[in-house]
Amino acid sequence: MKSRSIFAVAASLGIVLGACTSGGASPSAVAPSQPATSAAAPSAGSAAPSASGGPSSNLPTSIGAGEGELDIIVWAGYAEDGSNVKEYDWVNPFIAANPDCAKVNVKPADTSDAMVSLMQGGGGGLYDGVSASGDASNTLINRGDVAEVNVDLIPDFKDISPFLQSPAHNTVAGKHYGVSHGWGGNTLMWRTDIVKPAPTSWEITFDPAKMEAYKGKVTAYDGSIYVADAALYLKTHKPELNITDPYELTQDQFNAAIDLLKAQHPYVGKYWSAYTDEIDNFTSGATVVGTTWPYQTNTLKAAKVAVNAVVPTEGMTGWADTWMLASKAKHPNCMYKWMAWMVTPHVQTEVAEYFGEAPANPKACAELDKTYGSYGVKDFCTLYSVNDKSFYDSISFWKTPQADCGDSRGQTCVPYDQWVTAYQAVKAGG
Amino acid sequence: MTATATGTDSRLPPGSRRRRVLAGLYRRSRLQLLLLLAPPAGWFGIVYLGSLALLLVTAFWTFDGTTGRVVQHWTLDNFRQLIDQPAFRTIALRTLLFATAVTIVDALIAFPIAYYMAQVAGARTRAVLFMLCLLPLWASYLVRVYAWRVILSPNGPLDWALQRFGLGPAGLYPSELGAGIVFAYLWLPYMILPLYAGFERVPRSLLEASADLGARNAATFRRIVLPLVLPALAAGSIFTFSLTLGDYITPGLVSNNQFIGNVVFEQQGVSGNLPLAAAFALVPVGIMAIYLFVARRLGAFEAL
Repeated sequence: MKSRSIFAVAASLGIVLGACTSGGASPSAVAPSQPATSAAAPSAGSAAPSASGGPSSNLPTSIGAGEGELDIIVWAGYAEDGSNVKEYDWVNPFIAANPDCAKVNVKPADTSDAMVSLMQGGGGGLYDGVSASGDASNTLINRGDVAEVNVDLIPDFKDISPFLQSPAHNTVAGKHYGVSHGWGGNTLMWRTDIVKPAPTSWEITFDPAKMEAYKGKVTAYDGSIYVADAALYLKTHKPELNITDPYELTQDQFNAAIDLLKAQHPYVGKYWSAYTDEIDNFTSGATVVGTTWPYQTNTLKAAKVAVNAVVPTEGMTGWADTWMLASKAKHPNCMYKWMAWMVTPHVQTEVAEYFGEAPANPKACAELDKTYGSYGVKDFCTLYSVNDKSFYDSISFWKTPQADCGDSRGQTCVPYDQWVTAYQAVKAGG
Repeated sequence: MTATATGTDSRLPPGSRRRRVLAGLYRRSRLQLLLLLAPPAGWFGIVYLGSLALLLVTAFWTFDGTTGRVVQHWTLDNFRQLIDQPAFRTIALRTLLFATAVTIVDALIAFPIAYYMAQVAGARTRAVLFMLCLLPLWASYLVRVYAWRVILSPNGPLDWALQRFGLGPAGLYPSELGAGIVFAYLWLPYMILPLYAGFERVPRSLLEASADLGARNAATFRRIVLPLVLPALAAGSIFTFSLTLGDYITPGLVSNNQFIGNVVFEQQGVSGNLPLAAAFALVPVGIMAIYLFVARRLGAFEAL
């Protein structure tokens, strides 16, 4: 048969193709996952919320012996063991200081949504705690996934910035559902060798005329909470909408934000959800401008990629994170020890520098301002406005959008599930 | 013979209870079979069909956006939302389109390879080809997708190669075409293997007879080979089609596309809207049911 030789060529081509592609890149975004172990057991930390204000009376009054292990869900960069950058290691010292919590299992999550999902997975109890942002923390509190915490058991709690001791995103009716960890803003990052002149406004990610030059190279965040970034932009650029809070949007305001995102869609090259995605895409030039966390900017700069980031004139959305204790935690004592550890000044120094955020405990500033490691900058705390309450207040921190607007508008706001569906429609181009 | 189940074991005292039970079992071979199959069948029924039933039931419940809780209030709203929302229609249609396109492309690539392996190659070559075909399966799925991302990314190996021929950048990452290429690569072995089995079963005597009777290659292919391997093709397509239909990682990593799986994942994990997620998850179940029905008609199950 004549056709055999053609088949042979085609076959070998296909096989070469098949064989060449199996090696190659390392899956940097693949999170090390732990096997899901048995179901929840009642724990010292699980306190039933009572109706009255103030801390509950049935909280633990001391931290008992560690249970040997700790399973936590974290933002990437919140639990470093020195394997990424040698001097940033606060997991191994934690183990050294707490031999009764010798095994720390870290599960990084990419989005707040993923964190909520992980905390609820398997009926809860798979993880002892989480470093939740405001858009997850209230959801977790409302759904009973996290327990009230006795902050008296956290020695450094008294040193935490006053505005972070009982913020609304982790303290409800006088009950603390965790300990503040750090905060920061979603800045605007760009490739300095490609995007010129340097942008100062979010226009470069929302105004079609400004985006045109970088069509297909703009990036946006792949979490539904990103709708708030559009709303924040409209707050300045469409004052007639009367947007007061980008997370409390009436239907009209919400629709305007969604329309803006739909107009943005054709210009977006890639939405990022895994932070490694954004690092890859800025390195290769697949995307060159868009919203970021300081973590990516730091990592890219360290890798000598030409990037810079600013706080745009419209302000920015941001995060304020809390270490929370799972209500069905299997190792609540180790989680208490971890929470206490994470707000000690030296650990706060390491996290703040490594991740690029303001520490919750300003006592860290003494060491931070002198720079601790290779990611450090001089006068860190001035740069990150650590003690500046007015700067803190200017950031629109992530929080869970609820039907209750929280003001005189009553129950007229668009709840989060509709954010999810609407943003899905945006990403689907429909 | 030591088989105790035969009831002839003389070590058991006659008339003993155990002996009577065993003897009874021996006579009732159907009961024996039933007992043997009960554990796997029970597992299948409870775990597999049970979860499917739960999915079906959940799809008719209500999600209360204000409290973020699922309420057991029966409604058709979830399905109505699927139909009314243009985005959901687009996503479902796109997923279906991708699954179909990937299946066709894989069939076209796998056909010559499988034919060569089964009918032309010698034993040694065949063994090597088999290994090459299965080699990618040794690496993790994610590693392979990320590898492709590197290949397709701007200034990556593909663009570099194109540049050497004076061609512009391919712009395949991020893109829908890029995702399609990755899918076609990922599921190719699942098409080659059943097709190979199909070709192996084509008797060479038939091909020779066809040639003896004056049929040209094209006619032999159309009237002899194709009908004989059609069941194998259908079997392979079940894999490529269903694997693409259910995937949600590759679209997110290589393109900006959302598949049905992405929507289900977000509705479930992100907003906790389990009912809507369940309703949407039933769409691929429905599509696969129809697909399997057609595949059965084509004799795919005999070729597996």
